[in-house]
Amino acid sequence: MSHDIETLLYTPEHEWVHVDGDVVTFGITDHAAEQLGDVVFVDLPAVGGTVTAGQVCGEIESTKSVGELYAPVTGRVLEVNGAVDADPSAVNADPYGDAWLVRVQLEGDLPELLDRSAYAQLIGAAS
Amino acid sequence: MSDPRSTAPPRSTVLRPRHEALGASFTDFGGWDMPVRYTSDLAEHHAVRTAAGLFDISHMGEFLVTGADAAPFLDEVLAGRISTMRVGKAKYSLVLAEDGGIIDDVIVYRIAEDRFLVIANAGNRDAVAAAFAERVPHPGLVEDVSDHFALIAVQGPAARAVLEATAGVEDVDPSLDRLGYYAFAAATFAGEALFVARTGYTGEDGFELLVSNRHAPALWDALLAAGTPLGLVPAGLAARDTLRLEAGMPLYGHELSRDIRPAQAGLSRVVAVDKPSFVGKVGVDPVETAPVLVGLVSEGRRAGRAGYDVYDGDIRVGEVTSGALSPTLGHPIAMAYVDPAASAAGTVLHIDVRGTRIPATVTDLPFYRRNP
Repeated sequence: MSHDIETLLYTPEHEWVHVDGDVVTFGITDHAAEQLGDVVFVDLPAVGGTVTAGQVCGEIESTKSVGELYAPVTGRVLEVNGAVDADPSAVNADPYGDAWLVRVQLEGDLPELLDRSAYAQLIGAAS
Repeated sequence: MSDPRSTAPPRSTVLRPRHEALGASFTDFGGWDMPVRYTSDLAEHHAVRTAAGLFDISHMGEFLVTGADAAPFLDEVLAGRISTMRVGKAKYSLVLAEDGGIIDDVIVYRIAEDRFLVIANAGNRDAVAAAFAERVPHPGLVEDVSDHFALIAVQGPAARAVLEATAGVEDVDPSLDRLGYYAFAAATFAGEALFVARTGYTGEDGFELLVSNRHAPALWDALLAAGTPLGLVPAGLAARDTLRLEAGMPLYGHELSRDIRPAQAGLSRVVAVDKPSFVGKVGVDPVETAPVLVGLVSEGRRAGRAGYDVYDGDIRVGEVTSGALSPTLGHPIAMAYVDPAASAAGTVLHIDVRGTRIPATVTDLPFYRRNP
């Protein structure tokens, strides 16, 4: 099931963020996926480890380039999406649904993130 | 991959509106804003390996060299022996600097005894023009016709069927069934001259079609219309790059540069060292310790990429110049310059992939060879 992009939050580094209480799920936006091209490899953080808001926590590789995955929040990694590891093309096919990447237990407050209109403005300005 | 020397805004080819209508994304390449992909790099790559791809390569530079002294002139300014080429044939060659460094790699077509077409890389058009101008015996021998022509490539096992089915392509001489690889035919499209070369940069059979700017959009449309039922798709530079990498073909700015001698790149065979004289002859032999180009194959999915260091144990022995997860082979491949001592096929080296050392085995090029 795809998330509704209107209700998601976003980072300037093109991650989308879904907040459900203190469980935060994130992935990369369709804009980021399009910029990368066909994704062929994802390197996601270890389950049980900690990610820090604003820090690189993984990599997304396409045939042509490498993108860094930034943690939008600080927290402990509950789960990563093994299906995307097995079939990275899901990142292009369904970035807001099947290709969620990381689920974390939020620690501390939610950092300041962009809403849809602010993100849309950001990518509009960038293209 | 963009040319760092270029400061002017990128140019567009006459086919730009076609690319936009097809939903292409664009990238700056050699001073040109070119389609990087239409839908999917991988789908476009696989289409070329299994059916056919349609590429706009109009950014490339074209020079006509015409006159009684055309052949001796090209023998002097190019590394290969051009004067013995037969009319109707194509030849891969190099433009060298005096010190033997590579200014560009080109394809030469002998159109007539006294007339040659030289196709150069987009980003090197000015450098090639300057190298030619330095040695030209009289004005008018060399004409840069790049701005008058578009170049469209049809590549893949179905390329011949696509071209044969294309409406408006007539009078192909010699006919495609008799046209060999690295040869060309004269033809017409909509009554105007069309140059059909059986050359390419993908490791597949295919054609490169030189046509006037004015007729290029109609030719593009006709090829696409005839080819779509045969599996032809428009393909961008991303697919072109992974295709040529699998085929072990060098890309200027990556495997070839002013600092590389032909032998380092495995291109000794294209240098006619027994010619009495040619530009670069004195400097063409690299020092014995100069790094040499090798292929590297790895397991898994993490690819080495241009600029990544290559190690033999703890010792840095070289650098990757191109690398990708090979769409056809399913494992990472790379080309790299390494110390000659570490260049024997079968040697296990390591690529530093952003802090992780990935084992990579030296292998002969190409990585991929089509079935004959």
